[in-house]
Amino acid sequence: MLYGLKIAMRYLTASKAQTALLVSGVAVGVFIFIFMSALIGGLAEFILSRTVGDISHVTIEAEIADPAILIDADGFLLAAIEQGRQRTATLRDTETWVPLIETVPGIRAVSPQIAGAGFLTRGAQVAQVSVTGLEIGRESAILNLEGYIIAGSARLGSGVVVLGRRLAEDLDLSVGQVLRLQSSNGVTAVLTLGGIFQTGTGMLDRSSVFVSLPTARTLFALPQGVTRIEIKLDDLNAADDTALRIRALTGLDAVPWTDGAEQLMEALNAQAQTGYFLKTFALITIVIGVASALLLSTYRRRPEIGIMRAMGAGRGFVVFVFVTQGALVGLLGGVTGATLGYLALLPFPRRDEFVSGTLPMDITQGSYGLAIILTVIGAILASILPARAAARVDPVQAIGQ
Amino acid sequence: MTELLEVSDLTKTFGEGEAATHVLRGLSLSLKTGEMAALLGPSGSGKSTLLTILGTLMKPTSGRHWMLGQDLVAANDVALTEFRNRHIGFVFQFHNLLPDFTALENVIFPTAVRAGRETPAARARGRELLVRVGLESRIGFQTTKLSGGQKQRVAVARALMNSPELVLADEPTGNLDRASAQQVMDLIHEINRDEDTTFLISTHDEKIAASCWRQIVVADGLVTG
Ligand SMILES: Nc1ncnc2c1ncn2[C@@H]1O[C@H](COP(=O)(O)OP(=O)(O)OP(=O)(O)O)[C@@H](O)[C@H]1O
Ligand SMILES: [Mg+2]
Repeated sequence: MLYGLKIAMRYLTASKAQTALLVSGVAVGVFIFIFMSALIGGLAEFILSRTVGDISHVTIEAEIADPAILIDADGFLLAAIEQGRQRTATLRDTETWVPLIETVPGIRAVSPQIAGAGFLTRGAQVAQVSVTGLEIGRESAILNLEGYIIAGSARLGSGVVVLGRRLAEDLDLSVGQVLRLQSSNGVTAVLTLGGIFQTGTGMLDRSSVFVSLPTARTLFALPQGVTRIEIKLDDLNAADDTALRIRALTGLDAVPWTDGAEQLMEALNAQAQTGYFLKTFALITIVIGVASALLLSTYRRRPEIGIMRAMGAGRGFVVFVFVTQGALVGLLGGVTGATLGYLALLPFPRRDEFVSGTLPMDITQGSYGLAIILTVIGAILASILPARAAARVDPVQAIGQ
Repeated sequence: MTELLEVSDLTKTFGEGEAATHVLRGLSLSLKTGEMAALLGPSGSGKSTLLTILGTLMKPTSGRHWMLGQDLVAANDVALTEFRNRHIGFVFQFHNLLPDFTALENVIFPTAVRAGRETPAARARGRELLVRVGLESRIGFQTTKLSGGQKQRVAVARALMNSPELVLADEPTGNLDRASAQQVMDLIHEINRDEDTTFLISTHDEKIAASCWRQIVVADGLVTG
C-alpha cells in the first residue's frame, strides 16, 4: 500500500499549519506522559532510597531459644527449665552461612553483625546507646557509613568506635578522644573515637555506635557466631523472593524489609495509580485530538474522496489513507514529544544525586518507547472513526455538491 | 459495431411515500462500441442520474444494467469498484481533480490505485496523455494552478488512463468559455476517432450536441428521442 501512504503523506503536507498544530497537540500529550512517568518513577525511587536505601533488605535475626519443656507420655507437664542466666541469642556457624548466602543471585552485600545495648561514658557524662559490631573493611555494606562521615573516618579497627553527630555533641566529643563503653553484659572496653557521622535520621545520630566485630565479641562475650545477618540486594523489589530463597537454602528465618512496610508500599502504590490515571488522561486527550482533526479533514475532503472512489479506489483504500494519516501524526507527535520530554528532563539531577527541595525527576524512567508506541496505537484507534466515515462517503453526493 | 452496454426498464426513485421523486420511469437505452452520443433534456430530467447509474456509482431502483456481458445490478461494491476502474472513465463538471496533486499524479491515479504504486510505465503513459491533450508544459503543475479548460483536459486525460471502453461526461464544458469548450470537444472527438472509445456526454449546448453522431433526449424519465 505504498500508494496509500503517498496520498496520506500528501494530505498531511498539503495543510502544513493544520498538521503542525495537530502534531504539537499530540507532542504535548506525550510530553505530559513522559514527565509523569519520570516524576512518579523518580518519586518512588527517591522515597525508597530515603526510607530503605540505608537499611537491610533481608535480615536474619537470631531467635532466642525457647526453654525446653519436658512432657511425659501421658501429657502432664512435668517441669519448665528456664535459662540459667540472661544470654544473647546467637546465630552459630556464621562462617558456613555467609558464603552460602552470598551465592544467592542479586545479593550485593552480606553483613554479619553483633548488636546489643550499652552505656557510653566520658568523664561524668553517660549515654545509653545501641551498639553494632561490623566486619572490619565492610563497614558501609548496609548503612553507607562512609558517605555520612563528617569527621574522622568510618574505618573500624580494634578499639575504635564511630558514632553519630548528636551523640558526639551531647557528650562533647571530638575525633581521637578516648571513651568507655560498657555493654549490657557488664564488659567494659576503652575505645578511641575514630569518626563522627550524620545520617539525618535522629535515632541513628543520637544513640547508635559502631565498633568492629572483634570488639563486639569481647563486649558481648560472644566468642563465636553473630546476633544477626543483614543483607543488601541489587534490587529492592526482589526482597520477598530473595528472602524465600535464603530460607529454603539455609533454613534460617530470613525476613524481607517489606514485612512491616505495608503502609509505605500502599503509599507507593497509590502514587503509581495516580500516575496511571494522569497518563491515561494524556492518552485520551491525544485520541480525542487526533479523532476530531481527522474527522474535520474527512469532511473537508469529501469531494476528493468521491473522485477517488469514482476512479476505482475501494473503501479499504480510503480507510487505509486516513488510518495512515492518524498513524503518521501519532508517530511524529510521539517522537517529537518524547524528544522534548527527554530534553526537558536533562537539567534535573540524576537519580543517584537527588537533592531534597527539587522534583526528583528520573530521566531513565521516562518510558519513551512506551509513550511513542501507545501514542501511535492511540492515534490509529482515533483515526478509525474518521476513516470509516470517509469510506462511507457517497461519491454521487460528494461529487454532485 | 458490437453492443457495449444496455439498460432496460430502468427506474430510479428518490425518497419514499409522498416525498418520492420518480426520476427515471422505465428508461431503456443501449450504446455500441465507438459511439459518440450526446445526452440532452431539460434541467432535472434525470441526465446526471442516468450517468451515475451507467457509471456504477449508484444502483437503479429497478431494471437491468448490463455492460461487457456483466450484470452490474447484481454486482457488489468491490466488484463494481474494480469494474469502474478498468472499464469506465469519468469527466465531471465540478470537483474533477485532486487539488493537492500535480496534473501527472491526477492522470495516473486510476492505474496507481490499482497497482498500489506509481509505476514508471504508468508515468510514461500519463505523460503521453498529457501531451496528447496539449498540456506538456503543465505536467508537473499543481492542479490548483491550472485554468478551467486545462483542468477539464487533465480530467479527460485521466478518464482515458486505463483505456476504458466507456467515458461518461456530465456537462464537461458547462463551466468553460466557448473557445475552451471547443478545445475539449475537439479532443474528445479525436480520441473517439482514434481509439474507438465510446462517449456519452450530457450537455445543454445545442452546438456540442449537434457535433455528436447521436442525440439521446431524456424527458419525464424516459428516452424520448
Ligand atoms: N439524491 C437525490 N435525492 C433526491 N432527489 C434527487 C437526488 N438526486 C437527484 N434528485 C432529483 O432528481 C431529478 C433529476 O436530477 P438530475 O441531476 O439527474 O437532473 P439533470 O437532468 O442532470 O439536470 P441538470 O440538467 O440541471 O443537470 C431532479 O429533480 C433532482 O431534484
Ligand atoms: Mg446534471
